[in-house]
Amino acid sequence: MLFIATGAVGAVAVGSVAWPLIHQMNPDASTIAAGAPIDVDLSAIAEGAIVTVKWRGKPIFVRHRTAKEIKDAQDVQLAQLPDPQADAQRVKKPEWLVVIGVCTHLGCIPLGHQGDYEGWFCPCHGSAYDTSGRIRKGPAPKNLEVPNYAFASDTKLTIG
Amino acid sequence: MSGPSTYVPKSAIGRWFESRLPIMGLIHSSFVVYPTPRNLNYWWTFGGILSVMLMVQIITGIVLVMHYTPHVDYAFNSIELIMRDVNWGWMLRYTHANGASMFFVAVYIHMLRGLYYGSYKAPREVLWILGVIIYLLMMATGFMGYVLPWGQMSFWGATVITNLFSAVPLVGEAITTWLWGGYSVDNPTLNRFFSLHYLLPFMIAGVVVLHVWALHVVGQNNPDGVEVKNVARDTLPFTPYATIKDGFAMICFMLFFAWWIFYVPNYLGHADNYIEANPLSTPAHIVPEWYYLPFYAILRAVPSKLGGVVAMFSAILVLCFLPWLDTSRVRSAKYRPVYKVFFWLFVASAVGLGYLGAMPAEGGYVLASRLLAVYYFAFFLIVMPLLGLFETPHPVPASIADAVLKSTHSAKA
Repeated sequence: MLFIATGAVGAVAVGSVAWPLIHQMNPDASTIAAGAPIDVDLSAIAEGAIVTVKWRGKPIFVRHRTAKEIKDAQDVQLAQLPDPQADAQRVKKPEWLVVIGVCTHLGCIPLGHQGDYEGWFCPCHGSAYDTSGRIRKGPAPKNLEVPNYAFASDTKLTIG
Repeated sequence: MSGPSTYVPKSAIGRWFESRLPIMGLIHSSFVVYPTPRNLNYWWTFGGILSVMLMVQIITGIVLVMHYTPHVDYAFNSIELIMRDVNWGWMLRYTHANGASMFFVAVYIHMLRGLYYGSYKAPREVLWILGVIIYLLMMATGFMGYVLPWGQMSFWGATVITNLFSAVPLVGEAITTWLWGGYSVDNPTLNRFFSLHYLLPFMIAGVVVLHVWALHVVGQNNPDGVEVKNVARDTLPFTPYATIKDGFAMICFMLFFAWWIFYVPNYLGHADNYIEANPLSTPAHIVPEWYYLPFYAILRAVPSKLGGVVAMFSAILVLCFLPWLDTSRVRSAKYRPVYKVFFWLFVASAVGLGYLGAMPAEGGYVLASRLLAVYYFAFFLIVMPLLGLFETPHPVPASIADAVLKSTHSAKA
Protein backbone atom coordinates (compact mmCIF):
# COMPACT_ATOMS: atom_id res chain seq x y z
CA MET A 1 0.00 0.00 0.00
CA LEU A 2 2.76 2.38 0.97
CA PHE A 3 4.62 1.52 -2.22
CA ILE A 4 1.54 2.20 -4.36
CA ALA A 5 0.89 5.51 -2.61
CA THR A 6 4.52 6.55 -3.00
CA GLY A 7 4.46 5.49 -6.63
CA ALA A 8 1.25 7.41 -7.34
CA VAL A 9 2.55 10.59 -5.71
CA GLY A 10 5.82 10.14 -7.60
CA ALA A 11 4.00 9.80 -10.93
CA VAL A 12 2.01 12.99 -10.25
CA ALA A 13 5.23 14.79 -9.31
CA VAL A 14 7.04 13.65 -12.47
CA GLY A 15 4.04 14.62 -14.62
CA SER A 16 3.68 18.07 -13.07
CA VAL A 17 7.39 18.77 -13.55
CA ALA A 18 7.44 17.37 -17.11
CA TRP A 19 4.44 19.38 -18.36
CA PRO A 20 6.02 22.86 -18.01
CA LEU A 21 9.14 21.52 -19.72
CA ILE A 22 7.03 20.30 -22.66
CA HIS A 23 4.49 23.12 -22.79
CA GLN A 24 7.16 25.86 -22.85
CA MET A 25 7.76 24.89 -26.48
CA ASN A 26 4.20 25.81 -27.54
CA PRO A 27 3.59 29.35 -28.93
CA ASP A 28 4.22 32.01 -26.26
CA ALA A 29 1.87 34.87 -25.39
CA SER A 30 3.65 37.39 -27.65
CA THR A 31 3.52 35.01 -30.63
CA ILE A 32 -0.20 34.44 -30.06
CA ALA A 33 -0.80 38.21 -29.70
CA ALA A 34 1.10 38.87 -32.94
CA GLY A 35 -1.27 36.40 -34.63
CA ALA A 36 -4.33 38.70 -34.11
CA PRO A 37 -6.65 39.41 -37.10
CA ILE A 38 -5.52 41.80 -39.87
CA ASP A 39 -7.40 43.98 -42.38
CA VAL A 40 -6.92 43.98 -46.14
CA ASP A 41 -8.09 46.78 -48.49
CA LEU A 42 -9.85 45.09 -51.41
CA SER A 43 -10.31 48.21 -53.57
CA ALA A 44 -6.67 48.01 -54.65
CA ILE A 45 -6.93 44.45 -55.99
CA ALA A 46 -7.76 44.38 -59.71
CA GLU A 47 -9.82 41.60 -61.25
CA GLY A 48 -7.58 38.62 -62.05
CA ALA A 49 -4.92 39.63 -59.52
CA ILE A 50 -3.69 37.69 -56.50
CA VAL A 51 -2.44 39.69 -53.53
CA THR A 52 -0.30 38.02 -50.86
CA VAL A 53 -0.51 39.27 -47.29
CA LYS A 54 1.48 37.89 -44.36
CA TRP A 55 -0.44 36.63 -41.37
CA ARG A 56 0.98 34.43 -38.61
CA GLY A 57 4.21 34.10 -40.58
CA LYS A 58 2.35 32.59 -43.51
CA PRO A 59 1.27 34.04 -46.82
CA ILE A 60 -2.49 34.51 -47.32
CA PHE A 61 -3.60 34.65 -50.96
CA VAL A 62 -6.47 37.02 -51.71
CA ARG A 63 -7.57 36.33 -55.27
CA HIS A 64 -9.96 38.54 -57.21
CA ARG A 65 -11.32 35.89 -59.56
CA THR A 66 -12.40 36.54 -63.14
CA ALA A 67 -15.74 35.26 -64.45
CA LYS A 68 -13.95 32.44 -66.28
CA GLU A 69 -12.04 31.39 -63.15
CA ILE A 70 -15.26 31.32 -61.13
CA LYS A 71 -16.97 29.24 -63.82
CA ASP A 72 -14.01 26.82 -64.01
CA ALA A 73 -14.16 26.39 -60.25
CA GLN A 74 -17.90 25.84 -60.15
CA ASP A 75 -18.12 23.46 -63.13
CA VAL A 76 -15.89 20.75 -61.69
CA GLN A 77 -17.44 17.37 -60.92
CA LEU A 78 -16.88 16.80 -57.19
CA ALA A 79 -16.21 13.10 -57.83
CA GLN A 80 -13.03 14.08 -59.72
CA LEU A 81 -11.53 15.78 -56.66
CA PRO A 82 -9.08 14.12 -54.24
CA ASP A 83 -10.52 16.31 -51.45
CA PRO A 84 -14.11 16.94 -52.61
CA GLN A 85 -15.45 20.39 -51.74
CA ALA A 86 -17.82 22.56 -53.76
CA ASP A 87 -16.55 26.01 -54.70
CA ALA A 88 -19.50 27.54 -52.80
CA GLN A 89 -18.21 25.95 -49.58
CA ARG A 90 -14.84 27.64 -50.03
CA VAL A 91 -15.84 31.25 -50.76
CA LYS A 92 -18.21 33.80 -49.20
CA LYS A 93 -18.41 35.94 -52.35
CA PRO A 94 -17.65 34.15 -55.66
CA GLU A 95 -15.25 36.86 -56.89
CA TRP A 96 -13.07 36.66 -53.76
CA LEU A 97 -11.09 33.54 -52.93
CA VAL A 98 -9.10 33.69 -49.68
CA VAL A 99 -6.72 30.80 -48.90
CA ILE A 100 -3.62 30.16 -46.80
CA GLY A 101 -0.73 30.08 -49.30
CA VAL A 102 0.94 27.02 -47.89
CA CYS A 103 1.02 23.81 -49.88
CA THR A 104 -0.69 21.08 -47.88
CA HIS A 105 2.06 18.64 -48.84
CA LEU A 106 5.15 19.94 -47.07
CA GLY A 107 4.57 23.65 -46.61
CA CYS A 108 6.11 25.32 -49.67
CA ILE A 109 4.48 28.38 -51.23
CA PRO A 110 2.66 27.60 -54.49
CA LEU A 111 2.98 29.94 -57.48
CA GLY A 112 -0.19 31.69 -58.70
CA HIS A 113 -1.72 31.37 -62.19
CA GLN A 114 0.41 28.31 -62.90
CA GLY A 115 0.02 24.58 -63.33
CA ASP A 116 -2.46 22.50 -65.30
CA TYR A 117 -5.50 24.08 -63.60
CA GLU A 118 -4.21 27.69 -63.61
CA GLY A 119 -4.86 28.04 -59.92
CA TRP A 120 -1.55 27.42 -58.19
CA PHE A 121 1.43 25.17 -58.77
CA CYS A 122 3.84 24.11 -56.03
CA PRO A 123 7.43 24.06 -57.36
CA CYS A 124 8.70 21.80 -54.58
CA HIS A 125 6.96 18.53 -55.32
CA GLY A 126 4.62 19.35 -58.19
CA SER A 127 1.16 19.74 -56.60
CA ALA A 128 -1.35 21.60 -58.81
CA TYR A 129 -4.36 23.50 -57.41
CA ASP A 130 -7.38 24.88 -59.29
CA THR A 131 -8.96 28.36 -59.19
CA SER A 132 -10.77 27.39 -56.01
CA GLY A 133 -7.47 26.39 -54.37
CA ARG A 134 -8.45 22.71 -54.47
CA ILE A 135 -5.83 20.03 -54.95
CA ARG A 136 -6.13 18.45 -58.39
CA LYS A 137 -2.83 16.73 -59.05
CA GLY A 138 0.38 15.81 -57.19
CA PRO A 139 1.29 14.59 -53.70
CA ALA A 140 -0.60 17.17 -51.58
CA PRO A 141 -3.47 15.45 -49.75
CA LYS A 142 -5.77 18.43 -49.09
CA ASN A 143 -7.12 21.64 -50.61
CA LEU A 144 -5.43 24.92 -49.71
CA GLU A 145 -6.82 25.82 -46.31
CA VAL A 146 -9.39 28.62 -46.04
CA PRO A 147 -8.66 30.86 -43.02
CA ASN A 148 -11.33 32.52 -40.91
CA TYR A 149 -12.29 35.78 -42.57
CA ALA A 150 -15.17 38.25 -42.88
CA PHE A 151 -16.09 41.18 -45.12
CA ALA A 152 -16.12 44.18 -42.79
CA SER A 153 -17.40 46.27 -45.71
CA ASP A 154 -17.46 45.89 -49.51
CA THR A 155 -13.82 46.96 -49.70
CA LYS A 156 -12.44 45.71 -46.39
CA LEU A 157 -11.57 42.12 -45.58
CA THR A 158 -10.66 40.99 -42.05
CA ILE A 159 -8.54 37.84 -41.82
CA GLY A 160 -8.31 35.86 -38.58
CA MET B 1 37.01 -2.07 -21.04
CA SER B 2 36.76 -5.84 -20.90
CA GLY B 3 37.55 -7.36 -17.55
CA PRO B 4 39.89 -6.22 -14.81
CA SER B 5 43.16 -4.73 -16.01
CA THR B 6 46.52 -6.39 -15.46
CA TYR B 7 48.21 -3.04 -15.84
CA VAL B 8 50.78 -2.17 -13.15
CA PRO B 9 52.12 1.42 -13.24
CA LYS B 10 55.91 1.72 -13.12
CA SER B 11 56.15 4.71 -10.78
CA ALA B 12 55.17 4.75 -7.10
CA ILE B 13 52.86 7.75 -7.62
CA GLY B 14 51.28 5.96 -10.59
CA ARG B 15 50.56 2.92 -8.40
CA TRP B 16 49.18 5.19 -5.64
CA PHE B 17 46.79 6.86 -8.13
CA GLU B 18 45.85 3.61 -9.90
CA SER B 19 44.67 2.00 -6.65
CA ARG B 20 42.34 5.00 -6.16
CA LEU B 21 41.12 5.59 -9.77
CA PRO B 22 42.20 2.92 -12.28
CA ILE B 23 41.89 5.18 -15.32
CA MET B 24 45.39 4.46 -16.68
CA GLY B 25 44.57 0.76 -16.53
CA LEU B 26 41.36 1.38 -18.49
CA ILE B 27 43.27 3.25 -21.19
CA HIS B 28 46.00 0.61 -21.20
CA SER B 29 43.57 -2.29 -21.62
CA SER B 30 41.39 -0.46 -24.18
CA PHE B 31 43.96 1.18 -26.43
CA VAL B 32 47.34 -0.44 -25.81
CA VAL B 33 47.16 -4.19 -25.17
CA TYR B 34 43.63 -4.58 -26.59
CA PRO B 35 43.81 -7.53 -29.03
CA THR B 36 42.80 -6.68 -32.62
CA PRO B 37 42.30 -9.34 -35.30
CA ARG B 38 45.46 -9.51 -37.41
CA ASN B 39 43.55 -9.55 -40.72
CA LEU B 40 41.87 -6.12 -40.34
CA ASN B 41 41.98 -4.03 -43.53
CA TYR B 42 41.79 -0.26 -44.01
CA TRP B 43 37.99 -0.28 -43.94
CA TRP B 44 38.39 -0.82 -40.20
CA THR B 45 40.06 2.56 -39.71
CA PHE B 46 36.86 4.59 -40.11
CA GLY B 47 35.76 4.16 -36.49
CA GLY B 48 38.85 6.09 -35.41
CA ILE B 49 38.33 8.63 -38.19
CA LEU B 50 34.74 9.17 -36.99
CA SER B 51 35.92 9.87 -33.43
CA VAL B 52 38.30 12.50 -34.82
CA MET B 53 35.50 14.04 -36.92
CA LEU B 54 33.23 14.28 -33.86
CA MET B 55 35.98 16.16 -32.01
CA VAL B 56 36.56 18.45 -35.02
CA GLN B 57 32.85 19.30 -35.14
CA ILE B 58 32.56 19.91 -31.40
CA ILE B 59 35.67 22.11 -31.25
CA THR B 60 34.88 24.21 -34.34
CA GLY B 61 31.24 24.40 -33.23
CA ILE B 62 32.10 25.74 -29.79
CA VAL B 63 34.25 28.52 -31.25
CA LEU B 64 31.67 29.41 -33.93
CA VAL B 65 29.07 29.91 -31.20
CA MET B 66 31.32 32.63 -29.75
CA HIS B 67 30.40 34.73 -32.84
CA TYR B 68 27.00 33.46 -33.97
CA THR B 69 23.66 35.09 -32.98
CA PRO B 70 20.59 32.80 -32.94
CA HIS B 71 17.96 35.38 -33.88
CA VAL B 72 16.07 35.71 -37.17
CA ASP B 73 17.19 39.36 -37.52
CA TYR B 74 20.89 38.73 -36.86
CA ALA B 75 21.67 35.08 -37.67
CA PHE B 76 22.35 35.57 -41.38
CA ASN B 77 24.48 38.66 -40.76
CA SER B 78 26.43 36.98 -37.98
CA ILE B 79 27.41 34.23 -40.43
CA GLU B 80 28.71 36.90 -42.82
CA LEU B 81 30.54 38.47 -39.87
CA ILE B 82 32.21 35.13 -39.21
CA MET B 83 33.14 34.84 -42.89
CA ARG B 84 34.52 38.38 -43.29
CA ASP B 85 35.49 39.91 -39.96
CA VAL B 86 36.29 37.20 -37.42
CA ASN B 87 39.98 36.17 -37.46
CA TRP B 88 40.17 32.85 -39.30
CA GLY B 89 36.38 32.77 -39.16
CA TRP B 90 36.06 31.68 -42.79
CA MET B 91 38.28 28.66 -42.12
CA LEU B 92 36.47 27.68 -38.94
CA ARG B 93 33.08 27.87 -40.64
CA TYR B 94 34.20 26.04 -43.77
CA THR B 95 35.77 23.37 -41.57
CA HIS B 96 32.53 22.96 -39.61
CA ALA B 97 30.27 22.95 -42.69
CA ASN B 98 32.45 20.56 -44.71
CA GLY B 99 33.23 18.62 -41.53
CA ALA B 100 29.56 17.63 -41.36
CA SER B 101 29.81 16.24 -44.89
CA MET B 102 33.06 14.41 -44.15
CA PHE B 103 31.48 13.00 -40.98
CA PHE B 104 28.74 11.51 -43.16
CA VAL B 105 31.23 10.26 -45.79
CA ALA B 106 33.04 8.39 -43.03
CA VAL B 107 29.86 7.10 -41.38
CA TYR B 108 28.50 5.76 -44.69
CA ILE B 109 31.77 3.92 -45.36
CA HIS B 110 31.72 2.62 -41.77
CA MET B 111 28.12 1.39 -42.13
CA LEU B 112 28.67 -0.23 -45.53
CA ARG B 113 31.75 -1.98 -44.15
CA GLY B 114 29.53 -3.40 -41.38
CA LEU B 115 26.94 -4.42 -43.96
CA TYR B 116 29.51 -6.12 -46.22
CA TYR B 117 31.36 -8.03 -43.54
CA GLY B 118 28.27 -8.89 -41.46
CA SER B 119 29.41 -6.91 -38.43
CA TYR B 120 25.81 -6.59 -37.19
CA LYS B 121 25.43 -10.33 -36.56
CA ALA B 122 25.49 -12.03 -33.17
CA PRO B 123 27.03 -11.17 -30.78
CA ARG B 124 27.27 -7.60 -32.11
CA GLU B 125 23.54 -6.70 -32.33
CA VAL B 126 23.63 -4.13 -29.51
CA LEU B 127 26.83 -2.63 -30.91
CA TRP B 128 25.11 -2.25 -34.29
CA ILE B 129 21.89 -0.75 -32.88
CA LEU B 130 23.92 1.77 -30.87
CA GLY B 131 25.52 2.69 -34.19
CA VAL B 132 22.09 3.24 -35.78
CA ILE B 133 21.17 5.50 -32.84
CA ILE B 134 24.36 7.52 -33.40
CA TYR B 135 23.47 7.81 -37.07
CA LEU B 136 19.95 9.09 -36.25
CA LEU B 137 21.39 11.62 -33.80
CA MET B 138 23.87 12.72 -36.48
CA MET B 139 21.04 13.28 -38.95
CA ALA B 140 19.06 15.36 -36.44
CA THR B 141 22.17 17.37 -35.55
CA GLY B 142 23.11 17.98 -39.19
CA PHE B 143 19.58 19.07 -40.07
CA MET B 144 19.34 21.57 -37.21
CA GLY B 145 22.83 22.88 -37.94
CA TYR B 146 21.88 23.61 -41.54
CA VAL B 147 18.98 25.78 -40.29
CA LEU B 148 21.21 28.08 -38.20
CA PRO B 149 22.67 30.26 -41.04
CA TRP B 150 19.05 31.29 -41.74
CA GLY B 151 19.42 31.31 -45.51
CA GLN B 152 16.68 30.31 -47.94
CA MET B 153 17.60 26.61 -47.87
CA SER B 154 17.81 26.74 -44.07
CA PHE B 155 14.31 28.14 -43.81
CA TRP B 156 12.63 26.02 -46.46
CA GLY B 157 14.49 22.86 -45.48
CA ALA B 158 13.25 23.40 -41.92
CA THR B 159 9.73 24.05 -43.19
CA VAL B 160 9.60 20.89 -45.29
CA ILE B 161 11.11 18.63 -42.63
CA THR B 162 9.00 19.93 -39.73
CA ASN B 163 5.92 19.60 -41.93
CA LEU B 164 6.67 15.87 -42.19
CA PHE B 165 5.20 15.60 -38.70
CA SER B 166 1.91 17.14 -39.85
CA ALA B 167 1.33 13.83 -41.67
CA VAL B 168 0.69 12.16 -38.29
CA PRO B 169 -3.07 11.55 -38.03
CA LEU B 170 -5.07 13.63 -35.50
CA VAL B 171 -2.20 15.24 -33.57
CA GLY B 172 -0.02 16.22 -36.57
CA GLU B 173 -0.96 19.93 -36.51
CA ALA B 174 -0.44 20.16 -32.73
CA ILE B 175 2.98 18.52 -33.06
CA THR B 176 4.18 20.93 -35.75
CA THR B 177 2.93 23.97 -33.81
CA TRP B 178 4.76 22.63 -30.75
CA LEU B 179 7.94 22.06 -32.76
CA TRP B 180 7.78 25.56 -34.25
CA GLY B 181 6.69 27.42 -31.11
CA GLY B 182 4.41 29.42 -33.40
CA TYR B 183 2.34 29.22 -36.56
CA SER B 184 5.30 28.74 -38.88
CA VAL B 185 9.10 28.35 -38.75
CA ASP B 186 10.22 31.54 -37.02
CA ASN B 187 12.43 32.94 -34.27
CA PRO B 188 11.31 30.47 -31.56
CA THR B 189 12.13 27.63 -33.98
CA LEU B 190 15.61 29.00 -34.69
CA ASN B 191 16.30 29.40 -30.97
CA ARG B 192 15.34 25.87 -30.02
CA PHE B 193 17.20 24.36 -32.99
CA PHE B 194 20.30 26.23 -31.84
CA SER B 195 19.89 24.88 -28.31
CA LEU B 196 19.45 21.31 -29.55
CA HIS B 197 22.23 21.60 -32.14
CA TYR B 198 24.59 22.40 -29.26
CA LEU B 199 23.24 19.56 -27.10
CA LEU B 200 23.05 16.63 -29.53
CA PRO B 201 26.80 16.28 -30.30
CA PHE B 202 27.42 15.64 -26.62
CA MET B 203 24.67 13.03 -26.63
CA ILE B 204 26.41 11.49 -29.67
CA ALA B 205 29.65 11.46 -27.68
CA GLY B 206 27.82 9.63 -24.88
CA VAL B 207 26.42 6.97 -27.21
CA VAL B 208 29.87 6.65 -28.83
CA VAL B 209 31.24 5.68 -25.40
CA LEU B 210 28.57 2.95 -25.18
CA HIS B 211 29.33 1.90 -28.78
CA VAL B 212 33.06 1.54 -28.04
CA TRP B 213 32.30 -0.19 -24.75
CA ALA B 214 30.05 -2.72 -26.51
CA LEU B 215 32.78 -3.17 -29.16
CA HIS B 216 35.40 -3.93 -26.54
CA VAL B 217 33.15 -6.48 -24.84
CA VAL B 218 32.43 -8.56 -27.96
CA GLY B 219 35.64 -7.75 -29.86
CA GLN B 220 36.00 -6.53 -33.43
CA ASN B 221 34.61 -8.37 -36.40
CA ASN B 222 37.12 -8.86 -39.23
CA PRO B 223 37.19 -9.35 -43.02
CA ASP B 224 36.93 -13.14 -42.73
CA GLY B 225 34.10 -12.94 -40.21
CA VAL B 226 35.47 -15.71 -38.00
CA GLU B 227 35.75 -15.14 -34.25
CA VAL B 228 39.13 -14.94 -32.51
CA LYS B 229 39.91 -18.42 -31.25
CA ASN B 230 43.49 -18.11 -30.08
CA VAL B 231 44.50 -14.64 -28.94
CA ALA B 232 48.20 -15.34 -29.47
CA ARG B 233 47.80 -16.60 -33.06
CA ASP B 234 44.84 -14.55 -34.30
CA THR B 235 45.44 -11.08 -32.86
CA LEU B 236 47.94 -8.25 -32.55
CA PRO B 237 48.04 -5.65 -29.75
CA PHE B 238 46.21 -2.37 -30.49
CA THR B 239 49.43 -0.41 -29.92
CA PRO B 240 51.47 -0.09 -32.06
CA TYR B 241 49.67 -1.99 -34.86
CA ALA B 242 46.18 -0.43 -34.90
CA THR B 243 47.33 2.95 -33.56
CA ILE B 244 49.77 3.45 -36.43
CA LYS B 245 47.39 2.14 -39.07
CA ASP B 246 44.48 4.27 -37.77
CA GLY B 247 46.81 7.27 -37.54
CA PHE B 248 47.93 6.87 -41.14
CA ALA B 249 44.34 6.52 -42.34
CA MET B 250 43.33 9.61 -40.33
CA ILE B 251 46.08 11.66 -41.97
CA CYS B 252 44.95 10.53 -45.44
CA PHE B 253 41.35 11.38 -44.56
CA MET B 254 42.40 14.80 -43.24
CA LEU B 255 44.12 15.52 -46.58
CA PHE B 256 40.87 14.69 -48.37
CA PHE B 257 38.96 16.87 -45.86
CA ALA B 258 41.43 19.75 -46.35
CA TRP B 259 40.94 19.60 -50.10
CA TRP B 260 37.24 20.38 -49.67
CA ILE B 261 37.87 23.16 -47.15
CA PHE B 262 40.55 24.95 -49.14
CA TYR B 263 39.63 24.26 -52.77
CA VAL B 264 35.85 23.74 -53.07
CA PRO B 265 34.38 24.89 -49.73
CA ASN B 266 30.93 25.63 -51.15
CA TYR B 267 30.60 22.71 -53.53
CA LEU B 268 28.51 20.61 -51.11
CA GLY B 269 26.39 23.57 -50.01
CA HIS B 270 23.68 25.34 -51.95
CA ALA B 271 23.95 28.81 -53.47
CA ASP B 272 20.43 29.69 -52.29
CA ASN B 273 21.64 29.56 -48.70
CA TYR B 274 23.59 32.77 -49.28
CA ILE B 275 20.22 34.51 -49.70
CA GLU B 276 18.60 35.45 -46.39
CA ALA B 277 15.50 33.44 -45.39
CA ASN B 278 12.27 34.81 -46.86
CA PRO B 279 9.04 33.22 -45.56
CA LEU B 280 7.09 34.57 -48.56
CA SER B 281 9.19 33.07 -51.34
CA THR B 282 10.01 29.40 -51.82
CA PRO B 283 13.17 28.63 -53.86
CA ALA B 284 12.28 26.92 -57.13
CA HIS B 285 13.98 23.73 -56.11
CA ILE B 286 14.41 22.70 -52.48
CA VAL B 287 17.22 20.21 -52.00
CA PRO B 288 18.38 18.88 -48.65
CA GLU B 289 22.05 18.27 -47.82
CA TRP B 290 23.52 15.47 -49.95
CA TYR B 291 23.64 12.99 -47.07
CA TYR B 292 19.84 12.98 -46.76
CA LEU B 293 19.13 12.68 -50.49
CA PRO B 294 18.44 8.91 -50.68
CA PHE B 295 15.81 9.24 -47.95
CA TYR B 296 14.36 12.36 -49.54
CA ALA B 297 13.99 10.39 -52.80
CA ILE B 298 12.11 7.64 -50.92
CA LEU B 299 9.84 10.28 -49.34
CA ARG B 300 8.95 11.67 -52.75
CA ALA B 301 8.62 8.26 -54.41
CA VAL B 302 5.46 7.45 -52.44
CA PRO B 303 2.34 9.18 -53.82
CA SER B 304 0.80 9.72 -50.37
CA LYS B 305 1.90 12.16 -47.71
CA LEU B 306 1.68 9.84 -44.69
CA GLY B 307 2.95 6.89 -46.75
CA GLY B 308 5.99 8.86 -47.89
CA VAL B 309 6.87 9.89 -44.35
CA VAL B 310 6.44 6.35 -43.04
CA ALA B 311 8.59 4.94 -45.87
CA MET B 312 11.33 7.49 -45.22
CA PHE B 313 11.61 6.74 -41.51
CA SER B 314 11.28 2.99 -42.13
CA ALA B 315 14.25 3.15 -44.51
CA ILE B 316 16.42 4.06 -41.51
CA LEU B 317 14.69 2.05 -38.79
CA VAL B 318 14.90 -1.17 -40.83
CA LEU B 319 18.63 -1.10 -40.07
CA CYS B 320 17.86 -1.87 -36.41
CA PHE B 321 16.37 -5.23 -37.43
CA LEU B 322 19.28 -6.33 -39.65
CA PRO B 323 20.73 -8.76 -37.10
CA TRP B 324 17.50 -10.76 -37.27
CA LEU B 325 16.64 -10.24 -40.93
CA ASP B 326 19.90 -11.79 -42.09
CA THR B 327 19.54 -15.54 -41.69
CA SER B 328 22.93 -16.59 -43.09
CA ARG B 329 25.32 -18.38 -40.77
CA VAL B 330 28.31 -16.94 -42.62
CA ARG B 331 29.23 -13.39 -41.66
CA SER B 332 31.54 -12.03 -44.30
CA ALA B 333 30.46 -11.33 -47.88
CA LYS B 334 33.94 -12.59 -48.82
CA TYR B 335 32.48 -16.12 -48.53
CA ARG B 336 28.96 -15.26 -49.78
CA PRO B 337 29.08 -15.12 -53.60
CA VAL B 338 25.39 -14.30 -54.11
CA TYR B 339 25.07 -11.84 -51.22
CA LYS B 340 28.05 -9.97 -52.62
CA VAL B 341 26.13 -9.26 -55.85
CA PHE B 342 23.01 -8.10 -54.01
CA PHE B 343 25.19 -5.96 -51.71
CA TRP B 344 26.70 -4.03 -54.61
CA LEU B 345 23.26 -3.66 -56.18
CA PHE B 346 22.13 -2.20 -52.86
CA VAL B 347 25.02 0.29 -52.89
CA ALA B 348 24.09 1.21 -56.46
CA SER B 349 20.42 1.66 -55.49
CA ALA B 350 21.36 3.91 -52.55
CA VAL B 351 23.64 6.04 -54.75
CA GLY B 352 20.94 6.14 -57.44
CA LEU B 353 18.35 7.27 -54.90
CA GLY B 354 20.80 9.95 -53.81
CA TYR B 355 21.03 11.21 -57.39
CA LEU B 356 17.24 11.12 -57.84
CA GLY B 357 16.71 12.98 -54.55
CA ALA B 358 18.52 15.94 -56.08
CA MET B 359 16.45 15.87 -59.28
CA PRO B 360 12.99 17.45 -59.70
CA ALA B 361 10.06 15.21 -58.67
CA GLU B 362 8.57 14.62 -62.09
CA GLY B 363 8.20 12.09 -64.89
CA GLY B 364 10.88 9.43 -65.25
CA TYR B 365 12.69 10.54 -62.10
CA VAL B 366 9.69 9.56 -59.96
CA LEU B 367 9.38 6.18 -61.67
CA ALA B 368 13.10 5.49 -61.19
CA SER B 369 12.84 6.52 -57.51
CA ARG B 370 10.00 4.06 -57.04
CA LEU B 371 11.94 1.17 -58.59
CA LEU B 372 15.06 1.87 -56.55
CA ALA B 373 13.05 2.38 -53.34
CA VAL B 374 11.44 -1.02 -53.87
CA TYR B 375 14.88 -2.60 -54.23
CA TYR B 376 16.15 -0.74 -51.15
CA PHE B 377 13.47 -2.35 -48.99
CA ALA B 378 13.52 -5.70 -50.80
CA PHE B 379 17.24 -6.02 -50.03
CA PHE B 380 16.53 -5.94 -46.30
CA LEU B 381 13.12 -7.59 -46.14
CA ILE B 382 13.32 -10.26 -48.87
CA VAL B 383 16.90 -10.82 -50.05
CA MET B 384 18.49 -10.99 -46.60
CA PRO B 385 16.07 -13.52 -45.03
CA LEU B 386 15.94 -15.73 -48.14
CA LEU B 387 19.64 -15.77 -49.07
CA GLY B 388 20.54 -17.41 -45.78
CA LEU B 389 18.34 -20.32 -46.80
CA PHE B 390 19.23 -20.63 -50.49
CA GLU B 391 22.82 -19.45 -50.85
CA THR B 392 25.72 -21.92 -50.75
CA PRO B 393 28.61 -20.06 -49.10
CA HIS B 394 32.28 -20.76 -49.86
CA PRO B 395 34.17 -22.67 -47.15
CA VAL B 396 35.11 -20.37 -44.28
CA PRO B 397 38.66 -20.59 -42.87
CA ALA B 398 38.99 -22.35 -39.51
CA SER B 399 40.64 -19.36 -37.90
CA ILE B 400 41.91 -15.84 -38.57
CA ALA B 401 45.49 -17.13 -38.53
CA ASP B 402 44.61 -19.74 -41.18
CA ALA B 403 43.00 -17.09 -43.37
CA VAL B 404 46.04 -14.81 -43.14
CA LEU B 405 48.60 -17.60 -43.70
CA LYS B 406 46.61 -19.05 -46.58
CA SER B 407 46.50 -15.71 -48.40
CA THR B 408 50.27 -15.20 -47.95
CA HIS B 409 50.90 -18.70 -49.34
CA SER B 410 48.70 -18.17 -52.35
CA ALA B 411 50.31 -14.79 -52.96
CA LYS B 412 53.72 -16.48 -53.10
CA ALA B 413 52.51 -19.27 -55.36
